[in-house]
Amino acid sequence: RGKPPARGERLAGCLAAMAALCVEELLARAEQREAEPHRSVAVQKELELEFDLGNLLALDRNPPRAAGAQRESRLRSLARDNTQLLVAQLWGLPAGRAEGATGPLVAQLPEPFYRLPREKPLPRPRPPTRWEQFARLKGIRRRKRTSLVWDEAAKQWRRRWGYARAGGDPARDWLIEVPAGADPNEDQFAKRLRDKREKVARNEFNRLRNIARGALPGRGLHPTGHQSRAELGRATQVARVSTASLGRFQPRLPKEPAAPPPRGGKKRRFEPLLGDLAAERSRQLELLRGLGSKKPPLDLTRAVNKQLREEDAQAAKGKGKKRGQRGKRGRQRPGGGKGKKGGARRQQQRPAGRKRS
Amino acid sequence: FCFIDRTSTSSDCFKKPKTKRAKRFLEKREPKLTENTKNAILIKVIQKIPNPYLFFFRKNITRPFEDQTSLEFFSKKSDCSLFLFGSHNKKRPNNLIIGRMFDYHVLDMIELGIEKFVSLKDIKNSKCPEGTKPMLIFAGDTFDLNEEYRRLKSLLIDFFRGPTVPTIRLAGLEYVLHFTAMDGKIYMRSYKVLLKKSGCKIPRIELEEMGPSLDLVMRRTHLASEDLYKLSLKQPKALKPKKKKNISHDVFGTSYGRIHMQKQDLSKLQTRKMKGLKKRPAAKMTEEDEGISPKKSKSVL
Repeated sequence: RGKPPARGERLAGCLAAMAALCVEELLARAEQREAEPHRSVAVQKELELEFDLGNLLALDRNPPRAAGAQRESRLRSLARDNTQLLVAQLWGLPAGRAEGATGPLVAQLPEPFYRLPREKPLPRPRPPTRWEQFARLKGIRRRKRTSLVWDEAAKQWRRRWGYARAGGDPARDWLIEVPAGADPNEDQFAKRLRDKREKVARNEFNRLRNIARGALPGRGLHPTGHQSRAELGRATQVARVSTASLGRFQPRLPKEPAAPPPRGGKKRRFEPLLGDLAAERSRQLELLRGLGSKKPPLDLTRAVNKQLREEDAQAAKGKGKKRGQRGKRGRQRPGGGKGKKGGARRQQQRPAGRKRS
Repeated sequence: FCFIDRTSTSSDCFKKPKTKRAKRFLEKREPKLTENTKNAILIKVIQKIPNPYLFFFRKNITRPFEDQTSLEFFSKKSDCSLFLFGSHNKKRPNNLIIGRMFDYHVLDMIELGIEKFVSLKDIKNSKCPEGTKPMLIFAGDTFDLNEEYRRLKSLLIDFFRGPTVPTIRLAGLEYVLHFTAMDGKIYMRSYKVLLKKSGCKIPRIELEEMGPSLDLVMRRTHLASEDLYKLSLKQPKALKPKKKKNISHDVFGTSYGRIHMQKQDLSKLQTRKMKGLKKRPAAKMTEEDEGISPKKSKSVL
């Protein structure tokens, strides 16, 4: 007969028994859990779903069986199955941890696959401007400019343009030196203002010209469904004139206003028979006066001078073409004034009868 | 001959912006390669949903199906390309018109009748934070077979998609919108997703009904013509990923490159020059041999 087990031993025995039980329980539970998830994450479907993970989208092609009673619960179970499949796909994506090792688990989404219409049409590539073409030809690249410039006079870093700029505000000058070759009586302040206005106007002109260069021909002529009355009028006018006979035999549209009377043109025009009687009378009297006068109808001097003027103009145009390509654009050539003066001088020097050399 | 249309609606190209802020504003609205996230206008809707992508209007837009000019005007002014118009009258009770724009003109418009509506407030449980990107699920083969349903699917995806993001926090997938097309009706349900533990990596999903649920019936549609729709779908070539040629990848992740060489004359290949391997006349070689060996023996000794 052994001694009965001591208290400590008894305790140990109890604990061991308990532990054995616990272990068994734990094992049983673990087994249960292992069997469950294989069931719970798997979903059976007739047709495979289509996934677009970039949009978090899943498309189920199976005809849904959630009709009749218990629709809500059937819908919910269908939703649960579909969501389970979608989440399974998302969990299959390459994942990482954002913001270091302890950050949240983050998956890399692929590009969205499902094509959705754009908000606005594709941007059209605009053609390069005149400067861009030139720069490309010469190989000029854009330099990044510093925002501040050292001003020697103020011994400070000042901004390049704007308020308190480096060179001093030119508009506030109380004194402008007359440059060496300039007319002493010329107003330099007005000249500066005029030059600035010209520069601004030229800049604006070039900007609009660049835009026009980028516009396709026929801009505003295609039907867009939202044109104003004026635009439509212009479009119909262009359409009318785009026939082989330039719109001469085009019938007017039902509510189009009648054609405006033709004006201009060098073809023969006949006045109406009973028109302006006073004008007809004066015209006839003028004709009679010319017939009755003794002066010859052709003024030889004037004719010869006109011919000489035309020749000079031709010669000047030939010379001017070569110079114009190199010179500054936009410089206005006072051609009208020059021509007039030259003609008057020549009239004095060359009397009638001078032969063309 | 090309004339500058001075009365065109795109007057921004003639008016230069005077401030940098105005310039940024115009640049944001002009057509771009990668577009901004679409904004939506909600008109006459009972519920006000605070969201950075929604604009709330209550102006005089009476019938979108008859006259679209006021809709287009507001879309242009607010730079929104999606709209939702709610109305109620005897002929069309509980009407909802959902639509989108292309270039500020109506592209697609679908009128839906709401048969049953359960709002956010009616279901009392915790909701997910606003601005969560929802998961979208479309169930039913009607969404593929019927042309109108296909457009509706595209519209709904456009509406509920949210901004396109490169990465997503897996624990933050809380919201799912489920659309079922059945018996001529469309059932829209929103659920909150609960991720439960499962033995493996993929969690088990449990859904809890949250949010608005609608039973919709399709009424009238105003769909864009095929060619206009195709034009709107056009993606710029620059965005297509350029496929790198002559690079292939292994199952293990090793990348292989291919180099294409011209035909080589192997007899004339330039290898390393080793004096000992130099070609010499045969007589010279025997002499060298004899010469070398006594030297060798000397060194050994």
